[in-house]
Amino acid sequence: MSEIIEVKNLTKKFGDFVAVDDISFEVNKGEIFAFLGPNGAGKSTTIKMLTTLLTPTQGTLTLDGHSVMKDSNAVRHSFGIVFQDPSLDDELTAYENMDLHGVLYRVPKALCKERIKQLLTLVELWDRKDNYVKEFSGGMKRRLEIARGLLHHPKILFLDEPTLGLDPQTRNHMWSYINDLNKSEGITVFFTTHYMEEAERIAGRIAIIDHGKIIASGTATELKSKTNTKSLEEAFLALTGKVIRDEEVGKVDRMRMMHSAWTKK
Amino acid sequence: MKTIYILWLRQLKRYFRSKSRMIGSLAQPLFFLLSLGYGFGPVFKQAGEGNYIQFLVPGIIGMSIIFTSIFSGMEIIWDRQFGFLKETLVAPVSRFNIMIGRTIGGATVATLQGTLVLLISFLIGFKPMNWSLIPVAIVVMLLSALLFTAMGTAIASKLDDMQGFQLIMNFLVMPLFFLSGAIFPLASAGILGKIANFDPLSYGVDALRSLLSGITHYGLATDFGILAIITIAFLALGSYFFSKIQI
Repeated sequence: MSEIIEVKNLTKKFGDFVAVDDISFEVNKGEIFAFLGPNGAGKSTTIKMLTTLLTPTQGTLTLDGHSVMKDSNAVRHSFGIVFQDPSLDDELTAYENMDLHGVLYRVPKALCKERIKQLLTLVELWDRKDNYVKEFSGGMKRRLEIARGLLHHPKILFLDEPTLGLDPQTRNHMWSYINDLNKSEGITVFFTTHYMEEAERIAGRIAIIDHGKIIASGTATELKSKTNTKSLEEAFLALTGKVIRDEEVGKVDRMRMMHSAWTKK
Repeated sequence: MKTIYILWLRQLKRYFRSKSRMIGSLAQPLFFLLSLGYGFGPVFKQAGEGNYIQFLVPGIIGMSIIFTSIFSGMEIIWDRQFGFLKETLVAPVSRFNIMIGRTIGGATVATLQGTLVLLISFLIGFKPMNWSLIPVAIVVMLLSALLFTAMGTAIASKLDDMQGFQLIMNFLVMPLFFLSGAIFPLASAGILGKIANFDPLSYGVDALRSLLSGITHYGLATDFGILAIITIAFLALGSYFFSKIQI
């Protein structure tokens, strides 16, 4: 199998703080790969670097054969992403959000129309296509974002805590959908989550990052036998310790609070 | 090209869909027009400066343009953490096109807003000097709106927190408005008149006043020249800062 994501000696510093410290890993084509770690371990920073939103301090990143820094346009064509915070336009309808994505990725108009119908039907939002996104629940927004992330037929799908705040029904539904997609289309999935049972059930391979370093990687079974534990959750705790991380309330969290107060109807 | 168009269209859709925002941002200029216009009108006349409504309306149009433009430029702060900006930044389109699309969209909205204020002012007795110059006045509005949307974008690209927003409103937008000669004649304002020379809004307001009411301080050619230069400078600055945004 060939590698579709290659990370070599990746480092990101913010001032004196080393968020990601010299990590290397590969993800194979068609794999479902989980990237786990406690709060503030460097997961989101890594995803942001992989998706061209943040420039690494050091190291090389290759996605689908293209260098992320040098050939960012080709890289951007090759992946779809669902962010931790919704990145939909609330004032537009579900259909308009999809359509805008199609224009940004230069999907030919007729094909775009066809795919929008197909994808919205798949995530069960076709009958709500003309509703404003601001009327949608958290789960519906997530589903719409997944549909949107797939519109340009990416080879890799990044999911940054895609099930955060979703009920078990929606979570289940979402994962079975992503699983099917991985099987039928061969899309590589790279995701982060705090739900260990999710990672154990879905992911082929898992990497655990803490304090900016990858401290373990392998299949769930390998991680369990390595730590002599019965579940991935125990393995995770054995590897990362039980100390609760004091994540300082950063600007983003403060804005997240303001944002939710602001958008409440 | 299509990217610019679709992002422009998005700004317009957002504007026409949020009726409360539209009405809210029309109420403020209306209060200014009514209270200042009727309140200071008699004093202005006694001082031999003529009809205050004729003087004030271009200034209030300028106010509504600077507020709407800077605000829509600064929406980026919000958008970059939670909103739609991330979706555009990971898309295979150039940062420059994204910035231009957003800026032209924001500027179009501000121009519409300015035009609405002009329409409202007809109701309270404003009479344009020459109806055929109104399209030219709208061009001036668009030029000023581009300038301030780009300024908002430039500032927002450097701030990563909403906390700075209030600061910008109080220490940049308010002074720019009050020092621009929007509500008083610059010629008799002494030191304030000198300070106003450094305020880009002064030239926008003066150009509007010259076209709509036939009153000018700098002269229309100077106004246009300076506005054009500063607009280009801020568009360049805004797109440079925007291209450097990291999330």
